[in-house]
Formats: sequence, C-alpha cells, structure tokens
Amino acid sequence: MARKMIHSGGSQIHEEYVGNIHNEPTSVLLRELVAHLRENRTQLREEWARRITEAQLLTAMTKEEIFAEATSVYDNYVEALETGTFEALQAYARNLSERIIPRGVETHEVVGIVLLLRDVLARSLFAKYQADFTKLNRILDAYEPAANRIANTVAVGFVQERERVIRQQQEAIRELSTPVLQVRERLLILPIIGVIDPQRARQLTEQLLRGIRTNRAKVVVIDITGVAAMDATVANHLVQTVEASRLLGATVIVTGLSPEIAQTIVNIGVDLGKMNTVGDLQGGIEQAERLLGYKVVPFEQATT
Amino acid sequence: MEVPILKQGDFLIATIQAALTDADLLQLRTALVQQVVRARSKGVIVDVTSLDVMDSFASRTLRDLAHMIRLRGAETVIVGIQPEVAFAMVQLGLRLEDVATALDLEEGVAYLNQKFKSIR
Repeated sequence: MARKMIHSGGSQIHEEYVGNIHNEPTSVLLRELVAHLRENRTQLREEWARRITEAQLLTAMTKEEIFAEATSVYDNYVEALETGTFEALQAYARNLSERIIPRGVETHEVVGIVLLLRDVLARSLFAKYQADFTKLNRILDAYEPAANRIANTVAVGFVQERERVIRQQQEAIRELSTPVLQVRERLLILPIIGVIDPQRARQLTEQLLRGIRTNRAKVVVIDITGVAAMDATVANHLVQTVEASRLLGATVIVTGLSPEIAQTIVNIGVDLGKMNTVGDLQGGIEQAERLLGYKVVPFEQATT
Repeated sequence: MEVPILKQGDFLIATIQAALTDADLLQLRTALVQQVVRARSKGVIVDVTSLDVMDSFASRTLRDLAHMIRLRGAETVIVGIQPEVAFAMVQLGLRLEDVATALDLEEGVAYLNQKFKSIR
C-alpha cells in the first residue's frame, strides 16, 4: 500500500506521509490533496477556465476577467480545503458577488462554476489515483464533503448578497418613490413614476398630507405622467387624496393623466368637478402660480 | 363642554378644545348662527386642530353650520383638520362639500381677508 502510494503520487511531498499511510486521518488526506492541487495549480486553473467558457457561463465577463477570478476562486478554494475554515471563503464569495451581481451574473452561473471546479478537481484526482482504487476512494471521501461545503458556502454567499442587494433596492425605491418637492413658497409638486400599488398609494397620501402641513402648502401639483395605468382602487385613492388635501386647505392640480387613466377615472364615476386637471406638468405649475398670485415674466420685461 | 366663541375684528373664532358630544356640537352651531348676525361678523372660523376623530355627525353638523352661516350672510372656514383625520374622513365619504377649509387659524384668517378684499 505504502509502496504503491509513492509510485502513484511521485512527488516529494507525498513521501512525508508514507510513514502512516494506513488509516490516515482525513486531515492528512486533505493535506495531500491540497499539495496536489497547489502543484497542478496552473494547469487545473486553465482547465477550469476553459470549461467555464465552454459551458457558456459568466458570459457577462471577459475571458481575462474570468481567468483572474478563476485564479482567486481557485486559491481560496484550496485554502478552504487546507484550513477547513470557511470564513475567508465566505468573505471572498460575498466580495465576489458584490462585484459580479451588478454585471448581471445569475445564480445558476455561480453555482455552475463552483460545481465545474469541483468536477475538474475530481477528474484530476481520478487521473492521479486511478492505479490505486482504495486510495482514490479514501481521497474522495475526504474531498467530497469539503468540496460540497465549499460549493454550498459560495452559493449561499451569492444568494445572500443578492437578497441583500434586492432588500436595499426595495428600501431605496420605497424611500425615493414619493418625493414631495417644494418648488416655490407654498407650492409643492409630487411627481409619481412607475406602478402604484395600494401600499405605495397609501404611503404617497401620507407623505403628501404631511408635506402640506410642514411646508404650509396652498397648492399641490401631482404629476402622474410617469404612471402608465392604475386600477380602480388606486384611482379612487388618488381622488381621496385630492379631497383630503382640500380639507387641509390645499388645492390639488393633477397633471399628465394618460388616456387610460382618464378612462379609469371616468369609469369609476368620479365627479370631475372636484378634480383640477391640467394636461402637462408645465401647465400645472403655471396654473398653480396663478393661483398663488405669481406672475412669471422674462427678465427684460421685468426690468423695463 | 361649551366651546368658547371669540370675536376678533370682523370674525368670530370658535376653537374646539376637546372631543365634543353631539349635543355640544349642536349647541355650538346654534350659538354661532345666532351670534354671527348679532356681532355683525363677516366670517366664522371653526378651529378643529385638537380633534383627532371626526365622525359623520360632526362633519355633517359642521357642513350644515357653514351653510346656515352663509344664509345668514357670512362665510365659514374650517381650519386645522389633521392629515390623518382628513384622510379618514374622505375614506368614510365625509367630504365637507362646499365648505371652505384651511390649514390653520392663520390661513383661515388670510382666506377670509382675501375673500372680503375681493368683495369690497
């Protein structure tokens, strides 16, 4: 057994373990494995990068980038195998995810490349130990759980990072979605862009009513040019917002109603007499200025 | 609890201090409608800042009050409706139709002044 080992391993490092080659603990096997992977680093890494390109993974990245990342993933991988600690790998996976998520790399690609690396390394182990089947089995026994854990760590790290990004973006959208802006003394504009769901509509109303109070607004222009369509519930909510603003003493001008929204509002049978609507935002602001008693004149006219 | 009615220049100001019973509201309505002519006031301001609930009876009474005051030859403005109260009201369909509203007392006074300036 020991003789065979030297024969098939062939390297200097392996001979260190010859002494207790029988029933070596997993750690010893792993150390041997790591030595093998270090030794064949260049070749295995290239093989892996080639397989990644072949499988058409990471298409968002250039060949050089793939190779650079492959190198650091490889090194981290080997280190995780060696030390048995996954913190460094976890941190690296998170860092990698942070860099590649904005490039549009998908979960299946990340899982795919880690599994590919596992396969490439397993193949090289097959090739190395093919003469000694028992040894190969024992090596694989040591390798597989570690490799699976690594694959798991990287995939989970990626998904977690992704979820974090999504959460962060949702938060940002929530915060940004309803800016209440003061354009003039006592004049607020509320530009609404995107889809309005009931939750967003509620938040919008809340912010607007609060904005009216804090800015002591008399006129509010709600611009819904950026809203393609809204359902009856939300349209109703919009009308209620207009009414509630009036109760606070502010006049609301709604601008940029699309034909579809106009139809929705007519369909739900809202009394349009109460709704002050103007075609576009410019017209809305002009009317608001009139209501507030402003008159905008060109500079030359004002001075002469 | 009776709501104090203060005369300030051409206007009568009634500030509701706490939640009112229906009877209190009716009493306020009667008092204002009577006093508005006696005091030769041109405007009435009802301040509801401290109300955190406005039920259907209250809003109907305020609307009726405004309409009655108009028939007596003066203008009414309701001031200080809280944002939450305002939205709850419209959700309940309490819209205070044809009643002037303003943000607070100052705005209410400004509104009435503006109104009478244009008449004069």
